[in-house]
Amino acid sequence: MNEQLKTPELAAVEVDVEGGDLSRGDVILKGALAAGAIYGSAMVSPFVRKALAMSESGDVGILNFALTLEYLESTFYAEAKKRAKPSGELKALVDLIASDEQQHVEALEATIKKLGGKPVAEPKFNFEYNDTAGFLKLAQTFEDTGVSAYNGAGPMIKSKEVLAAAGGIVQVEARHAAAIRLQNKEEPAPAAFDSPLDEKQVLKAVEPFIV
Amino acid sequence: MADIKQLKDPVSRRRFLAVGGSTTAVAAFLAACGDDSGTTTTTDAMKSGGGASETAKFGKGDIGILNYALTLEYLETAFYADVVKSGLFKGADLETIRKFGQEEAEHVQALTAAVKQLGGKPAPEPKAEFPLENAKSVLELAGTVENLGAAAYLGQAANIQSPEVLASALAIHSVEGRHAAVLNTLLGESITPDGAFAKPADVKTVLKSVEPFLVE
Repeated sequence: MNEQLKTPELAAVEVDVEGGDLSRGDVILKGALAAGAIYGSAMVSPFVRKALAMSESGDVGILNFALTLEYLESTFYAEAKKRAKPSGELKALVDLIASDEQQHVEALEATIKKLGGKPVAEPKFNFEYNDTAGFLKLAQTFEDTGVSAYNGAGPMIKSKEVLAAAGGIVQVEARHAAAIRLQNKEEPAPAAFDSPLDEKQVLKAVEPFIV
Repeated sequence: MADIKQLKDPVSRRRFLAVGGSTTAVAAFLAACGDDSGTTTTTDAMKSGGGASETAKFGKGDIGILNYALTLEYLETAFYADVVKSGLFKGADLETIRKFGQEEAEHVQALTAAVKQLGGKPAPEPKAEFPLENAKSVLELAGTVENLGAAAYLGQAANIQSPEVLASALAIHSVEGRHAAVLNTLLGESITPDGAFAKPADVKTVLKSVEPFLVE
């Protein structure tokens, strides 16, 4: 997987992992049938694969992965305050989201340090858009991806405290996603379940924006 | 949409939450949810340690958590169905309400299936009545219910043992968060009333909040 990454920063997220722990994954394999009850049996194999994809990284690895996404969102919204030329209702929304994402960055950095880890370096980003509409389209992608990334990582988190904190963040990402979608005149909650994305899928989604 | 846009009055979630009933009523609700020792109040279930959990009244371990969530999803589904029937909303607003109601119904189906898959007995659908006086009060109630629902899932996430039950709960949790944000937007409220980090709600708080809508 690493050789497919052009970005050393993100590769570092994967390299800088703690000892593997497959216990969660083992349980997931055994419980795959239960997942089928929720998503239908067709969903079971991708579900298990997604779960195992991140099972080696440990809480610090997962938090650093989340931190990379929050760096991206935080930088994106901080830039958008000027570049996207938001006004009125949208300006208030951009300001709110920018503040939330910056707080997520700070909280994740602090948690990683508390667990004895080292926060991943902030990558350099490049967001290509020329107008408010272009900004909103990207924002929707980032927020939806963020929700699915946290939902995919959640079951791999070992610490209850870290899980609870991540839950508090993902709900806010979901709220952002819905609000941005309303701005885009899109369905704010397009499906009854926000499906999880695995690390590889998330990296693929954000890779084009990392310089 | 015009009606909704005029709604700028703040919703008082705290005031709503303060409406909670007596512990006797909560015990009656718990009994209605499939508990056979209806005289016990949530106070016992709230005590941590000794293997007791907040959701023990709904079943053991993950089954209890799923049945607790199922009970809330039943209430949300019934609420939206009543709102659709009330005729208080039209056009885009009605479509939003209908869509949210459909998603809650899907949550009911998924949770019911998950409880059965774990060898448990799904909680029965509680009987409920909701005040449907006017569009504004209904939207306020919807906002309260969705914000509370999201907080309820968040409050249980770390208690879930099975990774796949957790994955499913998370997939629902964020959708409740989306619903809450939409209703908050319609009400002119902040989309993130707790700030950058959503706050959880414990079982006792949640049950007290829904208790006024339960009927014998």
